[in-house]
Amino acid sequence: MSPLALSGTPLASGEAGVPVVPTAVDGVFSLLWLVVALPALGALVLLVGGRRTDRWGHLLGCAMPIGSFLLALVMFVQLLGRDHEDRQVAQTLWTWLDVGDYTVQMGLLFDPLSALFVLLITGVGSLIHIYSVGYMAHDDRRRRFFGYLNLFVTAMLVLVLADDYLAVFLGWEGVGLASYLLIGFWAHKDSAATAANKAFVVNRVGDLGMSLAVMLMVATFGTSSFVGVSAGMPETSEAVATVLGLLLLLAACGKSAQVPLQSWLLDAMEGPTPVSALIHAATMVTAGVYLVVRSNFVYELAPVAQTAVVIVGLVTLLVGAVIGCAKDDIKKALAGSTMSQIGYMMLAAGIGPAGYAFAIFHLLTHGFFKANMFLGAGSVMHATNDDVDMRHYGALRKAAPITFATFAFGYLAIIGFPGFSGFFSKDHIIEAAFGENWVYGVGALLGAGITAFYMTRVMLMTFFGERRWRPDVHPHESPAVMTTPLVVLAAGSLVGGVLILGDWIVEWLEPVVGPEEHHELFVPAIVLTGLIVLTVLAGVAVAWSRYGPSQTIADTAPTRVSAATRAARADLYGDALNEAVFMRPGQKLTAALVYVDDVLIDGTVNALAALVGGTSGTARRLQTGFVRSYALTMLGGALLAIAATLAVTLS
Amino acid sequence: MSFPWLSVIAALPLIGAVALALAPRSRRIAAPLALAVSVLALALGLVAALTQFDPGGGFQLTEQHVWIASLGAYYAMGVDGIGLTLVLLTLVLTPIVILASWHDGDEGRWSTNAFFAWILALEGLAVGVFAATDVFLFYVLFEATLVPIYFLIGGFGGARRNYAAVKFLLFSLLGGLLMLASVVGLYVVAADNGGPTYLLSELSQLPMDETTGRWLFLGFFIAFAVKAPMFPVHTWLPDAAQAATPGTSVLLVSILDKIGTFGMIRFCLGLFPEASQWASPVIIVLAVVSVLYGALLAIGQDDMRRLIAYTSVSHFGFIVLGIFVFTSQGGSGSTLYMFNHGMSTAALFLVTGMLIHRHGSARISDYGGVQRSAPVLAGFFLVAGLSSLSLPGLSPFVSEFLVLAGTFRRSEVAAVAAVLGIVLAALYILLMYKRTMNGPVRDSLPATRDLGTRERLALAPLIAVIVVLGFFPQVLLDVIDPAVGATLDVVGVEQPAPDVMVSEGSLP
Repeated sequence: MSPLALSGTPLASGEAGVPVVPTAVDGVFSLLWLVVALPALGALVLLVGGRRTDRWGHLLGCAMPIGSFLLALVMFVQLLGRDHEDRQVAQTLWTWLDVGDYTVQMGLLFDPLSALFVLLITGVGSLIHIYSVGYMAHDDRRRRFFGYLNLFVTAMLVLVLADDYLAVFLGWEGVGLASYLLIGFWAHKDSAATAANKAFVVNRVGDLGMSLAVMLMVATFGTSSFVGVSAGMPETSEAVATVLGLLLLLAACGKSAQVPLQSWLLDAMEGPTPVSALIHAATMVTAGVYLVVRSNFVYELAPVAQTAVVIVGLVTLLVGAVIGCAKDDIKKALAGSTMSQIGYMMLAAGIGPAGYAFAIFHLLTHGFFKANMFLGAGSVMHATNDDVDMRHYGALRKAAPITFATFAFGYLAIIGFPGFSGFFSKDHIIEAAFGENWVYGVGALLGAGITAFYMTRVMLMTFFGERRWRPDVHPHESPAVMTTPLVVLAAGSLVGGVLILGDWIVEWLEPVVGPEEHHELFVPAIVLTGLIVLTVLAGVAVAWSRYGPSQTIADTAPTRVSAATRAARADLYGDALNEAVFMRPGQKLTAALVYVDDVLIDGTVNALAALVGGTSGTARRLQTGFVRSYALTMLGGALLAIAATLAVTLS
Repeated sequence: MSFPWLSVIAALPLIGAVALALAPRSRRIAAPLALAVSVLALALGLVAALTQFDPGGGFQLTEQHVWIASLGAYYAMGVDGIGLTLVLLTLVLTPIVILASWHDGDEGRWSTNAFFAWILALEGLAVGVFAATDVFLFYVLFEATLVPIYFLIGGFGGARRNYAAVKFLLFSLLGGLLMLASVVGLYVVAADNGGPTYLLSELSQLPMDETTGRWLFLGFFIAFAVKAPMFPVHTWLPDAAQAATPGTSVLLVSILDKIGTFGMIRFCLGLFPEASQWASPVIIVLAVVSVLYGALLAIGQDDMRRLIAYTSVSHFGFIVLGIFVFTSQGGSGSTLYMFNHGMSTAALFLVTGMLIHRHGSARISDYGGVQRSAPVLAGFFLVAGLSSLSLPGLSPFVSEFLVLAGTFRRSEVAAVAAVLGIVLAALYILLMYKRTMNGPVRDSLPATRDLGTRERLALAPLIAVIVVLGFFPQVLLDVIDPAVGATLDVVGVEQPAPDVMVSEGSLP
């Protein structure tokens, strides 16, 4: 009996989120399982097949997600052709477990929300697979890399397609495993191996939330299926809803690198750059946003948890942006930016029906432009012998013109340049934030200004100004297999805004998250948009004044800097805090316990044994023969007894 | 009279052991013979399970003969879903252990024949323990299993094998004495109530006053807690695992220790329902302490074998927790956990054993960067490790989650405390993996020869079972759940119901 459930009164069902009520799959949807099975097969063949598959492994690795993408595209078009209320289809595959009153089906749910994710994962995923053919061409473990990438795509698809929280958890930890393997892909580097461990362990802390959330669902509803939980939520108490919401938020913080579980993402940049683009920018790290939006039927009944989501998002969007300002490592600057942009999405998701659709909208546009920029960074590294220090770049726009042009599209999108995708998606989130509470709005606006600053800084330090290349570096453009995906993603960064045309995405997601609630603003929307653009321009101007082509950029980072800069460089002391509060005390605790176990507990028990044996002399004699003969006698006796029994019965 | 499946399955390895003792002393004969016998036993077990067993039908494959009439002792065998699962665990693991230990009997105090003979003897006795439905028979077999394992540790282990073997024996004999007292007590109670009997089916019907039941319960419980092992009577296990050969550790931890947790379900819950309820709050606390304490100790170890032993203390904490929360998810989760932990820990002991064998050191700090030269070994190590940290998709996840969910329904505090174990598990596995397999190659460490065919053949079935049961655990749960349900009916605790009844939309 859950005491939580006893406190508080059941909520009226009128205030609830949208229940999940799918129909059974038919037609092309009955192939839904194949969307997941294709990359799963790829991973299996590549990882179990071993070196035999080296020659063609990367081709198979690319073919699988492309196949899934095409299949998902057909299904998406089919779904478009259906009526609003028919847009949730489910396929039950098999019974995962059925114990007592608790049953979990392995089932897939294809609805407007998961459809968008499947397209993003397989679409951007396929592009990144193709890019990797070139990027990893000189790595003798390329086939294994593609195996891990396919494993990731499989797990990510399970995460967004599963129709039961426990099955979501399967995908949830599955992507964590893929992330662990890929961060540590160059495991001979100690830094990579350590970063991989850190990512997994910090995510496990978040997974405590996921585990406990599912347990609470089982205790409260006897089920953890979307259908069951969404139907039961209105009957339960606000206390249960709040606890569920907070537990799911903890999970989301781990996976999406939100404060206070943000520290792993910067280290995760140890992985090969396509991994950073696919897992640590476009897809996996947005899983937390998916979880919150998917669980709208929980959060709608838990205003306290919603506020917590907003605060986490707001804090992270600022923290990430500040960290992004201080990094000279291009990938880490982008990683700070990723935290920050996901902060925007969390903020929007926490606002509720006024923000759900925009959270997903920004998630999709971010998927394009951030993958674009990460792959662009990879292309730059390709050109500079894997140097990541922007202080060693400069003037690369002529050496790598396609990389520069495509990166510029991503840049314009992320800062919210009018007309580019990020402009629309961020604009809507800031607007929704102001509509909810002016503090949220100001925070989001401030974040937009800082974003413009640090991204302009990255842009200028990398592509403009003077050459600061190392002597042995001869920059060159990347091969077509790498630039083609860049061009496609750049196009997406530009035109991603079409999703909002005629409020399309808002209406599309209505069957999942309900209709958008529009809050009236204190000023006309156009004025706010103007204000946002001005803030962005201010950020760009500040960056231009400090990193513009006329400025000289020191070869090493200046050391005499303000306390604020030092803090930002140290990731705002996130690691220092973890080490002081958890790691060092934890190490002391385990060391102390080892001593306790060896000396106190084992010693006491041994002393007791000696006491039983009389003296230590007896104990020694025990070792030399008595015990053995006793044991032999005992065995002989037992065998004799059994033999005697048999003899008696047989006679 | 129907075919005595269980007796035959138990007797076959024992006969094999005798044959090995008589056969010419040579590994070329001993190892293949032992493997053949254990594979035959496995085949028989699978046939019996698939053709003769009805999941909903209670105790089956039963045999019953009067053994010692004056004591009321019977030679009575039979399995329900719980017993069958553990018999299968024994039958699956033994051939794998034999294959993996092919050369491990060569350098012992006695001949290779003796090594494999003791393994087979242990298999036969373990099957008998899990199948015994007479308390006296169970007790005799329970004590008899000590003998082969004692000789396996003391005769074929590494350094400090004498110390470890004697320590193991002393702990076990002490627990066994307490159980003997309770077994005698049961005789007295039965004799007072219409004549002596040791049949489980009759003992469970005995009227027993509260105090007597609690004392007798304690005798059984402490013996099982030592065996399992639980905090604070766990200290024999790290020493034993450190000294024993990898195969012996598997037999000890994956099979023999399960007698402890099996006994808790079968005898503690089955015979002393009132006392089980009475003791459950303390046992739940001890179980949670075991979960966390074992995990923390594992993090602090440098010897891989000791580390794995401590992870088992943590895992056994979960198993005991699930048993004593008296929910169907907890009970079924625990029983499934016994099987899954057997597989997972076997994989871990064997793969680390292969590594240790190559370099002669079990110290984590002596290794580094092994994945570079031995990627297949590293791959098996990683999957085994991930199963130990209960990664979803691998079998231990299902059982661990069921235990936690079952616990949560009874005590949220206990579940919240125990769930911290999943973070600690990530730490102890991944730190060990990183320090041995990843990072720069240690200069002082010669290149590691990758796994050979025999070693791969030994590990592959374990990994396959772990993966398949991760996605299709219902294969075993179908067998386990009814038996656990019957046991919980005996305990008589009301099953927690959901607070909100959800009528699920009917999906096709």
